[in-house]
Amino acid sequence: MVAFTLNGKSVSVEADDNTPLLWVLRDHLNLTGTKYGCGAGLCGACTVHVNGAAVKACQTEAATIKGAKVVTIEGLSPKSNHKLQKAWIAEQVPQCGYCQSGQIMKAAELLARNPKPNRAQIVAHMDGNICRCGTYNRIIAAIQRASQEA
Amino acid sequence: MTVLRKMGSDKTGPEISRRGFLAGSSGLTFAVVFAGTGASLMGPAQAYAQPRALSAWVAIGADNRIVIQTPAAEMGQGSMTGVPLALAEELDADWSKVTLDFAPSEAETYGYNVRGSKSMAIVGSRAVQMYYNDVRIAGAQVRRVLLDAAAAKWKVPVSELKTEPSVVIHGPSGRRMTYGQIAAFATAPKVLPKIGKDDLKKPAQFRLIGNTRMQRRDIPAKVNGTAQFAMDVRVPGMVYATTVHAPTVNATPVSWNADKVAGMKDILGTVKLPKGVAIVGRTFEAVRAARDQLEVKWKAGKSRTFDSEPELETAYAKVAMDPKAKTSKVAARGDVKKALAGGAKKFRADFRADFAYHAQMEPLNAVVRFSPDGKSVEVWDGTQSPDRCRETVAKAIGFKVEQVTHHQCYLGGGFGRRSLADYAAEAALVAREAMRPVKLIWTREEDVAYGMFRPQNYQCMEAAMDSSGKVVAWEHCIVGDGRNLVTGGMKIPYYQIANQLQELRGTSHGLRLKHWRAVAHPFNIFAIESFVDEMAAAEGMDPIEFRLKRMSPTPKLAKTFEMVREMSEWSKKRPEGRALGVSLSERSGSLGAGVAEISLDKSTGKIKVHKTWMAVDGGTIVLPDGARANIESGINWGISSMLQERVTIKKGVVEQSNFHDYNVMRMSDVPEEIHIEFVKSTGKPTGLGEIGNPWLGAAIANAVFSMTGKRLRHVPFTPERVLAALKA
Repeated sequence: MVAFTLNGKSVSVEADDNTPLLWVLRDHLNLTGTKYGCGAGLCGACTVHVNGAAVKACQTEAATIKGAKVVTIEGLSPKSNHKLQKAWIAEQVPQCGYCQSGQIMKAAELLARNPKPNRAQIVAHMDGNICRCGTYNRIIAAIQRASQEA
Repeated sequence: MTVLRKMGSDKTGPEISRRGFLAGSSGLTFAVVFAGTGASLMGPAQAYAQPRALSAWVAIGADNRIVIQTPAAEMGQGSMTGVPLALAEELDADWSKVTLDFAPSEAETYGYNVRGSKSMAIVGSRAVQMYYNDVRIAGAQVRRVLLDAAAAKWKVPVSELKTEPSVVIHGPSGRRMTYGQIAAFATAPKVLPKIGKDDLKKPAQFRLIGNTRMQRRDIPAKVNGTAQFAMDVRVPGMVYATTVHAPTVNATPVSWNADKVAGMKDILGTVKLPKGVAIVGRTFEAVRAARDQLEVKWKAGKSRTFDSEPELETAYAKVAMDPKAKTSKVAARGDVKKALAGGAKKFRADFRADFAYHAQMEPLNAVVRFSPDGKSVEVWDGTQSPDRCRETVAKAIGFKVEQVTHHQCYLGGGFGRRSLADYAAEAALVAREAMRPVKLIWTREEDVAYGMFRPQNYQCMEAAMDSSGKVVAWEHCIVGDGRNLVTGGMKIPYYQIANQLQELRGTSHGLRLKHWRAVAHPFNIFAIESFVDEMAAAEGMDPIEFRLKRMSPTPKLAKTFEMVREMSEWSKKRPEGRALGVSLSERSGSLGAGVAEISLDKSTGKIKVHKTWMAVDGGTIVLPDGARANIESGINWGISSMLQERVTIKKGVVEQSNFHDYNVMRMSDVPEEIHIEFVKSTGKPTGLGEIGNPWLGAAIANAVFSMTGKRLRHVPFTPERVLAALKA
């Protein structure tokens, strides 16, 4: 049994302690915005926030999130209106879209820590998140756009 | 929690014990009801107003909502929006009132015509170019139905009517009716009105086609996690499966430790597949853990002795040089042997390319559910070929195609890999044995190890100039496996050289090979445009000048070179440590030219592409921002693949397994600037999904030559290869 706060609500799940958070979210809680890409912490498609920090859910065992605050793409903003989500639409970032939940969650961590990142800081922060469609240039543009919003 | 009996064993051999599963699963029942397809593009708020179908493509609600069936698989290329946008243009629809739904996977109705039959395969950058004419007619037909209905209602001649977005207007009286008002009483005629060429809008009348403000419709769902990929589909009673295929490609399973695996927590059993073993369990984490414990004895396939690197370096090279090697002609023009023999100056060069993997972000997966009576089956698969998916699944389980319903999902990348539904067929075999709905997911490791690759190849180029320096003879030979997977892009209709010969020297290893973004164009154009560059250098000419003056380019190609020369300020001096390279791009009817600005760390051999400029002639650009995004994507794909992507095979086993050893581009590798311009055109749209990547290999290699005087002849240009070239 693993109890934690998910997108502001208390949840408890019948999952083994070593079950990766990724599968707790996707299969036990049916929140499928967080994606399986590599299962090895290499691509970032499963990025979520645990107590405000972006983590790779495929590498985060259920035991480690007991009592923690977990936020997924579904909980990033109440009406999909986080400034990054708006910027992502304005810049028409996603292509296949599979990696984008992870990209946005990773970028949200950056803006929370550094509201006005420069290009080099964006690149350094985002380098662990793969986008096979190569939308990187638009991701950079969207983060810059969001960072200029009040 | 019940642990079900194993489904096969070492003792009983490979045959599946269906009874075992039946007995063990007696406590579970089928889920009978499942509302919705799980892949609808409509939000729930839109789902209840029933719009009236005015053709197979269009339904209009009294509330003015227009539902258009989109036939194009969406893998990020934007066609799911671009195709219905062209329909909406001729329908004269208010685009803000249009919602899209994936068309049923029925090629008879929703397919495009190709070689005398109907297909829904979204491959070869086909979507917009193949559907463009048909969907414009489909839109114009529905507009005519609405006009006829309004004319009858008002008792006026239809010639007095015109439309504005989603409104019919009677000119003389000024009366207006919205499409929704008309749809409330209109009926679709049995035979839709005939639409001639002159009934379609002229480009100057376009409101939607070519409108730079048009956005892709799939994007909002892709920023909040609601876009549904097959990976996200869940049906009641669904269990999970994963597979192990043989380490040597195309081997078959003989026996495995089924007892041990079946005894693991949450594991239901194992299922023999034609080329592997599936593990079925209650959770994905359980089947994934069991996969690590599964030990299978395999009957090795043909590829068991294949070593890709020595094979390419020695065997392929030998075939390339062997005058007696079996050769098949790809294309020919004039008399190349004579022209080569009589040439004033002769050139020769060899090039090589490694295997490459698709690395689509969503590992292959599908959900399959049989009906309770076992007579029909549903498949959820984000596929490039919905019709082929149905056929593949039907064939695997001995069904007729009509017994298979396919539900389209978003594709987490396709790039050619998702036009075959081999994994969906496996899911169906597993679901049938497991007697319940199954989501089968290949792990990333499986996706790599059992990948279908862009084939490796060895290429020889020969050319000759006449006494004026014009290239008059051109011969291109390729050695590789997979026929059209290596010969695509060898033909050079854009260079009208009088004497040409393109030929294939086939080889076969029993490997799984597949179309890959732009198929064979990336390595063939790498060879073609590197070779041209080499001749330009030998002549002491500017590379673009050489192409324009000595290569007999078509006016269309010349124009893209001239455009990119201007865009990139080609002649302008670059900062210290930077150099430019140029190449053309060609694919799916589109043509382009690109310039790349690079730097090179001579101590590590690492190349960095800083800026790119590309001019593209793609005919009419239907969805300009989508087209631009597609080309940006292609450019990054091209840089990624040409600098670092390679699959190697040793003793038939793929040596890579995940993103740590199959390296794809990350953000730090992207160019700081990507400039794209389209040639202004009212010609028919041509493919844009794959025009972005084929030019990068030659442009980068040519830039390295410009900087160092050394030629890179083997893609990818890994740092080790670059260092070796610099020392040579």
